[in-house]
Amino acid sequence: MLELLWLVPAIPFAGALVLAVLGPRMSHKSVTTVGVGSVAASAIISILIAAVFLSSPPATGMYSQTLWTWIDVGSFRPQIAFYLDALSLVMMLVVTFVSFLIHLYSAEFMRTDDGYSRFFAYMNLFVACMVTLLLADNLLLLYLGWEGVGLCSYLLIGFWYQDPVNGLAGRKAFIVTRVGDTAMAIGLFLLFHSLGTLRIQDLLHAAQVQWSIGSPYAIAAAALLLGGAVGKSAQLPLQTWLPDAMAGPTPTSALIHAATMVTAGVYLIARTHVLFELAPPVQFAVAAIGAATLLMAGFSALTQNDIKRVLAYSTISQIGYMFLALGVGAWGAAIFHFMTHAFFKALLFLAAGIIIESLHHEHNIFRMGGLRKELPIAFWTFLIAGCSLAGLPLITAGYYSKDLILWSAGSSAAGSTGLWAAGIAGVVLTSLYTFRLIFLVFFGPVRTRVTNRPGLAMTIPVCALAVLSIVGGFDKAPFARFIATALPTLREAVGGITETLSSIVAALAFLCGLLGAWFVYQRNPALATAMVENPAGRLLHRFWFSDWGMDWLYDRLFVRPVLWVARVNKADVVDSIYDGLASLVTLCYRVLSLTETGKLRWYAAWIAGGTVAFVAVVMFL
Amino acid sequence: MTIVFYVAGAVAVVSTALMITRLHAVHALLYLIVSLLAVSVVFYALGAPFIAALEVIIYAGAIMVLFVFVVMLLNLGEEAARAERALLKPSMWIGPLILAGILSAEFVYLLASGSGGSYGTSIIGPRGVGASLFGPYLIGVELASMLLLGGLVGAYHLGWGKTQKPEVR
Amino acid sequence: MEVIPMRDGFILAAALFALGLVGVLVRRNVIFILMSIEVMLNAAGLAFVVAGARWGQPDGQVVFLFILAMAAAEVSVGLALVLELYHQYKSLDTDAISRMKG
Repeated sequence: MLELLWLVPAIPFAGALVLAVLGPRMSHKSVTTVGVGSVAASAIISILIAAVFLSSPPATGMYSQTLWTWIDVGSFRPQIAFYLDALSLVMMLVVTFVSFLIHLYSAEFMRTDDGYSRFFAYMNLFVACMVTLLLADNLLLLYLGWEGVGLCSYLLIGFWYQDPVNGLAGRKAFIVTRVGDTAMAIGLFLLFHSLGTLRIQDLLHAAQVQWSIGSPYAIAAAALLLGGAVGKSAQLPLQTWLPDAMAGPTPTSALIHAATMVTAGVYLIARTHVLFELAPPVQFAVAAIGAATLLMAGFSALTQNDIKRVLAYSTISQIGYMFLALGVGAWGAAIFHFMTHAFFKALLFLAAGIIIESLHHEHNIFRMGGLRKELPIAFWTFLIAGCSLAGLPLITAGYYSKDLILWSAGSSAAGSTGLWAAGIAGVVLTSLYTFRLIFLVFFGPVRTRVTNRPGLAMTIPVCALAVLSIVGGFDKAPFARFIATALPTLREAVGGITETLSSIVAALAFLCGLLGAWFVYQRNPALATAMVENPAGRLLHRFWFSDWGMDWLYDRLFVRPVLWVARVNKADVVDSIYDGLASLVTLCYRVLSLTETGKLRWYAAWIAGGTVAFVAVVMFL
Repeated sequence: MTIVFYVAGAVAVVSTALMITRLHAVHALLYLIVSLLAVSVVFYALGAPFIAALEVIIYAGAIMVLFVFVVMLLNLGEEAARAERALLKPSMWIGPLILAGILSAEFVYLLASGSGGSYGTSIIGPRGVGASLFGPYLIGVELASMLLLGGLVGAYHLGWGKTQKPEVR
Repeated sequence: MEVIPMRDGFILAAALFALGLVGVLVRRNVIFILMSIEVMLNAAGLAFVVAGARWGQPDGQVVFLFILAMAAAEVSVGLALVLELYHQYKSLDTDAISRMKG
């Protein structure tokens, strides 16, 4: 059964090819069958593989399948090979299953769109690349999947390309992640140069043997890989692309920019955890970046008025939590949070999609209201997901995963009380903006009428994800045991914060946020407007609304100088070299064409002269 | 026989030199024919009577006659001769003479450095040539005949428009 | 049969060839150029015959025969072209018909 591993990325890839080539000529129904069916098959096979792996785990805790040798140059022989252990199994399972639910949802959401087959082709290609990334046995294949998901992200963000704004958003996403990808590529070069292999397991063994803790090579390699992860996972300082990426269709935002692609950075760091353990400064940087990002994004989410942008900043914030967990050495906790986050964040986006569809493409939350009675399915699923996101104690999955991260931040040998406090503050902010969103959208007077209700294909996935958002956290202990076969466990410090204390404070923080939101948005809405009208409040509002001014900063720092250089070099210095060559050739041509006089005797004279010279050469040399 | 060779050789050289300096085309042709006849005598002296005969019959008798016919057809009058005089300035001769001189010098140098060799010459008549043509050089004969066919067709085609004027050309 | 040195035969051929070359380069009238080319061909053939006579084989004469055939074909086509040329340009000056210039 485990030999079917290669089918998990291969079937969606084949589906993408079929849809890309034959899509425009296929009927709507067959496009749906191929598009949703390929990911469904992938999900089913993943579940079967998981069942086999869990019931009778291999002796070494991992399964490897090699397909063929990709490149064979000297000592560089990366292969197309897949590596299955607890980490990649969990991620593959979550990715394929959530992808399947989202594909099912998109069958109805995108049914009236002209680019229906194109959409599914891109989505299938994305799933194939993501699974390749997760199952990759060596860093080169991982990089292939990494670039593939980046490409699909660009294609899908700019899906409605007729509007240039969408194209700009796609370009921004691609360029910003490219910065991270370049850092990662340099990291790969460094790793291959020093350690001689890119096969992940061999690389990690070699690193442990050759490099001591704190070795400059390890620090450089880990820092470069961190650069790549930061770009893909939209953390500080490369997070500016994710809010604009909401220009894409809602299922895309749900799949790529919430549940799967943005967690690729988390996967990368977890996979190469040995390198980070060998470079404590870099690991601390991971935690610091995570903490800073989760707070920053939390403040930004508080001021947004587009429902999808709130969720985008929320995603940035939650991935900050995962980075925080990775940074303090709680590898398993980060993956646990990834799993629960995938469930509730995808659900939030899908429910938001239902709302947007039903209100005829209305995105502004201040123009929504009172949808509690109008869209009950959307309300209850959104509420469940929101509670999971904010961490409603004991009955939601998000509570368990976030709690684990908070406690690890406080009690780990690499953690500190400061990081724990940042996490708690994040909980307050999360709760605040989540319930702000819920109160504004579902309570209060109805401001926009509902034009249509969702169908079955949109209802089933959201219900399934809602169930998972509740029960997904109950398997905390078995999950921890399972993931410990692939990742090291937390090293606790002496005298750290106890688990109970952390849980209680987190629960209190949740309540704080909830009450705050209820007070401002439900009881006393005038207070919200008053806070914004206040000059200090207005300044803060604008500052947080524009993502702490980072777009403005990057524009001044990078965009304008590059444009200036381009303007100055309009005549293109480098091109003039080639133009010069061409002019030289033209000159020679003009000189030589003077010998074509058209006169017969002239030609005869030259022939005779040439013959004489030739005879002389033959005679005397 | 040796005397005949040298005298005929001198005649050939002189008449060729005269040929290239004439103004009238017909005069030049006549000098050329004399040159060819002298060369024919040289061939006879070398022991190649068949070729000597052929030289007269074909070269002087057919090719030169063709030249004569064409010159007559063109009907170049006295003004053409005057034009030729204008064109034949002494300064025009310098370059070609230098080139030819260098070429001749090279030839002489080559010939002088080689082994001269005096040896007996035997007469090789038509029988010998014929046997060679029908034997080893059969392919050459076939190719030459194809070449002549090509020349025939080409000349016929080119000359067609002179007698009749077809509409489509 | 008396002896004729091969060298002298070659010198004769060389002289005739050089004269023909001079004729080609100096004269501007097409007819004269063609005549000078005939002289050069003849000279080359003479060289072949001399060589054949030195070895006592008919090969030299055979080659001269081929040269003869080739000269005949060339002259017939060439003169037809000359007639055509005169018909078109009313002039036999090769320097004047330089439309292939450049």
